[in-house]
Amino acid sequence: MRPFAYFRAEDPADAVARFGPGAMYLGGGTNLVDLMRLGVARPGLLVDVSRLPLDRVGPAAGGGGLLIGAAVRNSDLAAHPLVRERYPMLARAVLSGASGQIRNMATVGGNLLQRTRCAYFQDVSMPCNKRAPGSGCPAIAGDHENLAIIGHSAGAGGSACVATHPSDMAVALTALDARVHVTGAAGDRVIPMPGLHRLPGAEPDRDTVLEAGDLITAVELPPPPPGRSLYRKVRERASFAFALVSAAALLDVAGDGTTRGCKLALGGVAHAPWRAYTAERAVAGLPATASAFSAAADAELAQARPLPGNAHKVALARGLITAVLEELSR
Amino acid sequence: MTAPEAGDQVHTATVTLTVNGESRALEVDTRTSLLDLLREHLGLTGSKKGCDHGQCGACTVLIGGRRANACLALAVAHDGAEVTTVEGLADGDALHPLQDAFIRYDAFQCGYCTPGQLCSAAGMLTEGGPSAVTADLTGDPALTPGEIRERMSGNLCRCGAYVNIVRAVTAVSTAGTEP
Ligand SMILES: Cc1cc2nc3c(=O)[nH]c(=O)nc-3n(C[C@H](O)[C@H](O)[C@H](O)COP(=O)(O)OP(=O)(O)OC[C@H]3O[C@@H](n4cnc5c(N)ncnc54)[C@H](O)[C@@H]3O)c2cc1C
Ligand code: SF4
Ligand code: FES
Ligand code: FES
Repeated sequence: MRPFAYFRAEDPADAVARFGPGAMYLGGGTNLVDLMRLGVARPGLLVDVSRLPLDRVGPAAGGGGLLIGAAVRNSDLAAHPLVRERYPMLARAVLSGASGQIRNMATVGGNLLQRTRCAYFQDVSMPCNKRAPGSGCPAIAGDHENLAIIGHSAGAGGSACVATHPSDMAVALTALDARVHVTGAAGDRVIPMPGLHRLPGAEPDRDTVLEAGDLITAVELPPPPPGRSLYRKVRERASFAFALVSAAALLDVAGDGTTRGCKLALGGVAHAPWRAYTAERAVAGLPATASAFSAAADAELAQARPLPGNAHKVALARGLITAVLEELSR
Repeated sequence: MTAPEAGDQVHTATVTLTVNGESRALEVDTRTSLLDLLREHLGLTGSKKGCDHGQCGACTVLIGGRRANACLALAVAHDGAEVTTVEGLADGDALHPLQDAFIRYDAFQCGYCTPGQLCSAAGMLTEGGPSAVTADLTGDPALTPGEIRERMSGNLCRCGAYVNIVRAVTAVSTAGTEP
């Protein structure tokens, strides 16, 4: 691990002021310390933001919503009474991620900005367009079973990348239309989700639209939309494994049995949590039935471009979308 | 953003921790993990290094009473913390109820994962709230074997002692709910 200096920030302005070339923010460290040990991240200065006074969950200004501080630990977020009662999809997504130990350490800000689990990204002896832009993407000809099926840049040569974003929490936040509060050298701003995470495009090294030194201070949730919601994660073992495919879904069925509202986001399929707008539009106003749901899944996945080793994830995603919407319609 | 400050060249720090009730102050390289601090600097080798990547749970300790992976914790970031390791679970010669139950229920073979299992279980028993397998999110569910398996999933056991680990933890959790 490269030697680094350490600075514990007292407030957000202090953190931003101290950020400079070679610096990185430190949350719970559960992803960053690992990547530093692997040589993937090589900060010369860690600005610790885990003890900033951003550790509260409470009502958002302007009524009805919730404001979640960026330093709130994942376990405290999932255990918070307002989250359990009003945003069950979010509580379930957080609880399905990592382990009890890791959730106790991990922060909301760090969870959003965790890096891909692509094995080549984590192995500095291999090329990787995300870690070393222009060096190539060995995943496309190699191990990509659990990488992206949609929105990727395979075929783009020096900017090809088929990585997925690994966060479960971010999938629920994407379905819930969360807004990410950011402060940085250029001042404060609010970034909607979807919109924080990017598709690889020509810059696979950039996971998000954030600029160097941008500090996430909070995540704001709008009032919970009407309807029932859930988060379901398909994985290789029953617990403590990243998603193969996951779905955060909300469904509002009118008295006449037609779909009045639907919000759907998928995890494990793309470089960013994938908001399934096509499927949402496809079910709107139709009878809330299995055939409408599977047609919507097909419409969404018509955009998929699976690689030779991960076509099964298209079938998984189709089955999952149909199953969660059916379950919510009962 | 500012130019690097003089302090940005300093790669060591003084870390003060309360470990198993005893205050310890050490000068460490900022790169030192809490696990290496405990094992290499304080000689507390009960906490184990299985993977050093957060994947096995063998390094689990309690930080401020909450279970955490010491391998992913930078010691410098936990300055001021209260840390309990497996060495601190027993009360003198009296074993912690979990240690006693692990022996009675034959909950280990090689023992390598055991310190992490014990600290994880000790932390888990005080956590409450729902887990990924809880049907009703609003309550505090009973610690059924299914709940215990889910809550302990961050601790791997290569010997496969899981069945008896769940029995041992169940015994302690039900004993704890009696008046
Ligand atoms: C074994 C293992 C299994 C896991 N399984 C899952 C899983 O199933 N599902 C899942 O979703 N996750 C999983 N995770 C990932 C885990 O959720 C993340 O490591 C964690 O959420 C990161 O949070 P942190 O606070 O520790 O971030 P850190 O590691 O401290 O930081 C991560 C990144 O965020 C940046 N950062 C941190 N805070 C801020 C801020 N406020 N503003 C700007 N930048 C910031 C850091 O600079 C760094 O780049 C797993 C991790 C491990 C080790
Ligand atoms: S998929 Fe992306 S992260 Fe993985 S090797 Fe290719 S470029 Fe790197
Ligand atoms: S050594 Fe820390 S989790 Fe494996
Ligand atoms: S007892 Fe051997 S690893 Fe668990």
